[in-house]
Amino acid sequence: MTTSRYDAILIGGGHNGLVAAAYLARAGRKVLVLEKRPVLGGAAVTEEIFPGFKFSVFSYVVSLLRPEIIRDLDLPRHGLQILPLESTVTPLENGDYLGSWADPDENRRELCRHSPRDAEAMSQFGRLMQHMAMAVKPILGMMPPDPTSLAPSDLAGMLKLGNHFRSLGPDRFHALFKLMTMSSADYLDEWYEFDPLKATKSASGIIGTFLGPRSPGSAYVLLHHYMGEIDGAFRAWGFQKGGTGAISEAIAGAARGHGAEIRTDAGVAQVVVRSGRVTGVALENGDEIEAPMVISGLDPRRTLLQLVEEKELPGDVVDAVKRFKFRGSSGKVNLALDGLPDLHCLPGAGPHLKGAISISPSLDYLERAYDDAKYGEFSRHPYMDVVIPSMIDPGMAPPGKHVMSIFVQYAPYNLNGGWNNDRREAFGDAVVNTLARYMPNLKDRILYRQVLTPADIERITGLSEGNIFQGELALHQLFFLRPVPAWAKYRTPIRGYWQCGAGTHPGGGIMGASGHLAARAILGER
Amino acid sequence: MLKTTPFHPRTAPLVRAQTWRRWAGYQVASSYEPHPDREYAAVRNGAALFDVSPLHKYMISGPDAERLLDRMVTRDVTKCRVGQVLYTPWCDASGKIIDDGTISRLEEMRFRLTAAEPNLRWLTMNAVGLDVTIEDVSERTAALALQGPLSRAVLEQVSPADLAALRYFRLVETTIRKIPVTISRTGYTGDLGYELWVDATRALDLWDALSDAGAAYGITPAGIWALDLARIEAGLVMLDVDYHSAHHALIEAQKSSPFELGLGWTVPATKPGPYNGRQALRSERESPRAWAFVGLEVSWESFEALHLDRGLPPHLPVIAWRVSQPVYRNGAQVGYASSGCWSPLLKRYIALAHLEASNSDPGTAVTMEVTVEHRRCQARAVVRSLPFFDPERKRA
Repeated sequence: MTTSRYDAILIGGGHNGLVAAAYLARAGRKVLVLEKRPVLGGAAVTEEIFPGFKFSVFSYVVSLLRPEIIRDLDLPRHGLQILPLESTVTPLENGDYLGSWADPDENRRELCRHSPRDAEAMSQFGRLMQHMAMAVKPILGMMPPDPTSLAPSDLAGMLKLGNHFRSLGPDRFHALFKLMTMSSADYLDEWYEFDPLKATKSASGIIGTFLGPRSPGSAYVLLHHYMGEIDGAFRAWGFQKGGTGAISEAIAGAARGHGAEIRTDAGVAQVVVRSGRVTGVALENGDEIEAPMVISGLDPRRTLLQLVEEKELPGDVVDAVKRFKFRGSSGKVNLALDGLPDLHCLPGAGPHLKGAISISPSLDYLERAYDDAKYGEFSRHPYMDVVIPSMIDPGMAPPGKHVMSIFVQYAPYNLNGGWNNDRREAFGDAVVNTLARYMPNLKDRILYRQVLTPADIERITGLSEGNIFQGELALHQLFFLRPVPAWAKYRTPIRGYWQCGAGTHPGGGIMGASGHLAARAILGER
Repeated sequence: MLKTTPFHPRTAPLVRAQTWRRWAGYQVASSYEPHPDREYAAVRNGAALFDVSPLHKYMISGPDAERLLDRMVTRDVTKCRVGQVLYTPWCDASGKIIDDGTISRLEEMRFRLTAAEPNLRWLTMNAVGLDVTIEDVSERTAALALQGPLSRAVLEQVSPADLAALRYFRLVETTIRKIPVTISRTGYTGDLGYELWVDATRALDLWDALSDAGAAYGITPAGIWALDLARIEAGLVMLDVDYHSAHHALIEAQKSSPFELGLGWTVPATKPGPYNGRQALRSERESPRAWAFVGLEVSWESFEALHLDRGLPPHLPVIAWRVSQPVYRNGAQVGYASSGCWSPLLKRYIALAHLEASNSDPGTAVTMEVTVEHRRCQARAVVRSLPFFDPERKRA
């Protein structure tokens, strides 16, 4: 075997690839990261799309990034700085609003205006969800054991898991099981009566998935978004100084600090396989780079169907990957604004503009938005999660100007007739027109508009079908089934070829856990 | 009844949760919002505006002004040029710290001294026989600290002064929207920042000018909770928290020398004139010291495990604590931590601690007492050198 300069090549400079690279480099491996775009981060990038205005183009807030990764890689030293994103305001169709504030007393008083009963349920619900987040936290940090396997490591993993579940006690175990199987609407119905509250909370259960709030399985996605912890507080969300690209840069800085080499504008055309074993990669520019190990941070479809030839894989694996559900369902609209917009329900500047604004006035509203998507149309009145990053980090826009990030659901990847420029702009119009109902002066403030459909997300980042989680967070695609049974522990059937993207357990969000676990699996292997 | 500062008419309506505290007999905000998170974030990523008017301020003028201050404090005031600011402690005859503050040389024969506690009597005692005038201008002078990476950009909107040229620990007498002010590049946060000194009668005008010009930069009024997090990250000591004035200590063990507080750098090896504590500090410089003032980093893994043992998620001190916590090494107490907090920036649990010098080298493994669910436990910790956070922009 020839000696190569690298012990491992990472394909894709997304945050998971960079996390894996940093851990491998930290363990003394010679690592090369190859990113096809000029900018690192994958879907966690900051770009100055319009002069003077910086956008977290795709992923825009952070909560799930594992604290142990922050510590292990000393990310604050490399620029990680998470600023508080404290509140959520839901404008209502009657001109009122529902606020969710950081202070528990203010929050309770606000909810009391709408439903005294819900105001009391709130703290109990919060406690249960905190228990649930604690219950799943160890699972986030474990390599998924295969329950059908008799290998000692799998048996030990199942035993650990079994002991963990037993330690939860019956109440929490039952709640966890419900969360894993119910719809978020049904789950929230058990707790709350005020419809806009249920709608706003259930929105966490549909983000990034092709499910409506009344679809079974959406409660798990809700839980997935509760697992984030900032400074030990679960369900805390923050905004990275300089946008999500600065998180990627911080991880890249840590990786470089440990000796990793990172190249941009270096797209990989193919993973070179000889006799069932990787020997390196071929770049789009024709160069070949050798390495005994290649780790893909791309999604399962790209990793297993596009970077290698189907003939290198067992037929059942090819089949399973082909059936892996992506179905991107969300888009993004980024606006450069000449000044702050006024909320119809809460005019003027105020702390509410430093938090999220949720366009989720009722469960029916969300379900109707889903109805459009089910039949191949984008939502005429979509769910939106709106943040004004420049209110949190003044550096995102020139003084007095602002950037607005609008996460939009639903925008199905498989649009009737397909996406094109007209359809994209029509989608952008639907977003701005809907939002303008709640922010009457919004349109006057817009200096620039960027509309991203799932097709655009796929084209720019490479995420198949524009799915922001590298594959749906559906029960049949989680844990030892992610991405496919028997190949959930970051290996692939090809020797020396590994996967570390969000398409592996636990996946989704700027979490880094997939990259970290993959690196651990690789280091344990050698 | 506590006094209110000249900014009170502006600050009072902003203190949403009525979280007031006392500072030197004044009523000041612990935080304006119910939680200090955003105020702290402004210190490290924007521009935070603190009302620091309760500081004691003395104007010292006359032919012997330099001599008085040089005799009183440890640093060499004869080297302080007009437009320069010195941070310094001052000691009793035994070399134990009485107080610490800044000396601004406004003119050749005019200085402003800031202090945490009243020092008029001590100043007067030291001025015997000197041709000097000492005025307590504490109430006449209002003060704001504008701290954070965007503080300069805000001031540049409203002041004709060349702030880019104003170096660390220098001052300029200028105007802000025609209001006469002194701007010193000083602060208590370890970040880029300025302190503004203004006649109390113009205080509200100054507040309004800054609020107006700072709006586009996200200027954020901030309280003592946010300040406390920042100063612990910066490793800056606080009187009555991290040390006690030699004038108030009931026993010798409560007193500290500058060397024992990590302020050895403020004691010049050679200073021509005599000053309080000189003999004692000279001999202390030569002899091994008993105590060192260091940083501690509490291990997350250990802290989390202590909580998980009780079925709890870790409960982090998001507001700094100021209660002495014993520190141990190999089962024996080797010192105590005097203040600590979760650093939102560094994502670490940090503390300031007094340790026996022989156990104070950076990297030394110790344990700190923490209380978890009513039980005293030992969390692992490591000695770190101070400061925890020292960005280039502070001096650049």
